[in-house]
Amino acid sequence: MKGLYENEMKLEFLSKSNNEAFARITVAAFAAQLDPTIEELADIKTAISEAVTNSIIHGYENKEGKIKIIAKIFANTIEVEISDAGKGIENVEMARKPLYTSKPNLERSGMGFTIMESFMDEVHIESVLGLGTKVTMKKVIEKQDEFDDNKRSRNCRSRNCIN
Amino acid sequence: MESEFLKEDKLLLIKITEEIDHHSTEKIRRMADNEITRYMPRKVLFDFGKVSFMDSAGIGMIIGRYKTANMLGGTVEMTNVKPSIQKIFEMSGVLKIIPVVKSA
Repeated sequence: MKGLYENEMKLEFLSKSNNEAFARITVAAFAAQLDPTIEELADIKTAISEAVTNSIIHGYENKEGKIKIIAKIFANTIEVEISDAGKGIENVEMARKPLYTSKPNLERSGMGFTIMESFMDEVHIESVLGLGTKVTMKKVIEKQDEFDDNKRSRNCRSRNCIN
Repeated sequence: MESEFLKEDKLLLIKITEEIDHHSTEKIRRMADNEITRYMPRKVLFDFGKVSFMDSAGIGMIIGRYKTANMLGGTVEMTNVKPSIQKIFEMSGVLKIIPVVKSA
């Protein structure tokens, strides 16, 4: 064991909505070294997209700000921290509730945190009003038996198939 | 996004050709509402066959189009929905009002 974690990357970008795709694709490319299945990779991309969109719409309310992502890999786990210096969440418990949205007029479904929680193994939210929000998520990428043909055909390893 | 109106069936077919997130929904919403209000279809069928990614923005987008179509007397269905996208629709409960159907 060399250190606490084996790999790390940092990303910083402006809170523009066209960076939502940039952020999820970059984190997915970093996560690919754990050899996740296509399904696991889709889960990570979706969770990242939700957190980054929250920072843009709610944290910065579409004003310009910076969003930071730090991703770390420990053994078979990826940890992603997404932070903004936006307005913060008034009531984190409320925000976590399925279907709750503070902006119903924007056609928001209120499913963002619910999706993060069900697609990732752990989700922590730290938020201070006026200072910003930090969402930390972890996902364990199960090592799959190389000889399990059933699972392989169903979940086609990301390394071996183009999508 | 591509769309086609089949006059005899009063069916509006909308094929989404981009990833669906908060960024792309604005454009999809504008174009789809435009077509729905123009043709007032009996049914709007959204084809997700070319959609490789969707987050929760897709839920709000489809419910919003349902509201537009419903106001004008139409229904909304979806087809060619990939499992990763189906999972998100299932979580939201939206499939009760906007069903996924087999492609024609």
